[in-house]
Amino acid sequence: MASSCRRPEHMAPPEIFYNEEEAKKYSQNSRMIEIQSQMSERAVELLNLPEDQSCFLLDVGCGSGLSGDYLSEEGHYWVGVDISTAMLNVALDRDVEGDLVLGDMGEGMPFRAGTFDGCISISALQWLCNADKKTHSPPKRLYTFFSTLYSSLARGARAVFQLYPENSEQLELITSQAMKAGFSGGMVVDYPNSTKAKKFFLCLFAGVSANLPKGLGTESADKGVPSQVQFTGQRSRFKNMKGKSAKKGKDWVLEKKERRRRQGRYVKSHLSLIGIHFKPRYYI
Amino acid sequence: MKLLTHNMLTSHVKGVTKGYPLLIKATEVKVSEEEFNPNFVSRMIPKLEWSALVQAADGLGHLQDLPTELIADYEANEDFLRKVHRVLLEVEVLEGCLQCPESGREFPITRGVPNMLLNEEEA
Repeated sequence: MASSCRRPEHMAPPEIFYNEEEAKKYSQNSRMIEIQSQMSERAVELLNLPEDQSCFLLDVGCGSGLSGDYLSEEGHYWVGVDISTAMLNVALDRDVEGDLVLGDMGEGMPFRAGTFDGCISISALQWLCNADKKTHSPPKRLYTFFSTLYSSLARGARAVFQLYPENSEQLELITSQAMKAGFSGGMVVDYPNSTKAKKFFLCLFAGVSANLPKGLGTESADKGVPSQVQFTGQRSRFKNMKGKSAKKGKDWVLEKKERRRRQGRYVKSHLSLIGIHFKPRYYI
Repeated sequence: MKLLTHNMLTSHVKGVTKGYPLLIKATEVKVSEEEFNPNFVSRMIPKLEWSALVQAADGLGHLQDLPTELIADYEANEDFLRKVHRVLLEVEVLEGCLQCPESGREFPITRGVPNMLLNEEEA
């Protein structure tokens, strides 16, 4: 992702954000490639495909084909859909094995019923939650996407979406439209206790009910912490960036003082912050 | 765009009821060798619209000896599976367009990528 501080989908629509420059950056960044590959691996694991079988899969928001490459490595055949011509061109230059389609998720999946054995989507679904045009209605686009996806999947197939949810409202909107479209399933959260490692996977089942897979890192240490993360209603924009509080906030000040005390340094008492000064007084 | 993908693609324009199969108007076609995977081909056959596959391959001049009707007991018939493999995965449309059989609306294909983006009225 280009900017580590802001969410890309707040900056521009995806077909504009992922222009040639961004597309190039995205696919040359080795860390990005590694992360995408790991998330693709986990998504395919959650698909629970029959062992040792080459399947026909859909990659939604396939971009430059980083996730598609993983699918090919596993011996699967795939079709990728993306809205950015620049990203698809990079995929073509990288000689990806899957077939590519230029399309908008929110307009619906242009495939016949029962086409795919499964669907993955890495870091794409959150783009559908923003209205990039006056005519866009995110709930309607989400529903159009999910209902056409549902029909394009074979019965018993799964759709796994790795996404970065902004807040609980967004998550609620996404899951409710998916349920309306006929899917069952829910969110799988890996490493819920780690700010860095935490990953969200929306796991949807088409046609059959199944038990939701367990999130990774949920059996360790803190038994009291739930594997479902509770969101507050507000946008957590700059809070908890890299595990620390926002600069200059009250929490930040208290944390800094604690840190300095641990380091054995002199730390002024709180009282001096609120203007209580004990000056010597002379009484006659 | 391989013919396997074409066999699954349909027009999703609002109001169109018969948006399948899309007619291929190709100006550039490529044939390349792909590794033969008999299990995959065998599992894909039931999902295919056979007549659409035959029509598409024929339109591109690549029908060759592919039977116009699906044969029975194809799973063990390697010869037949190879013919299907060739048509599904080795014939690619690089340039041209796909035409909706109902409305005549064309979806252009560039570098093998069909452009399925809709206009505002079509969504």
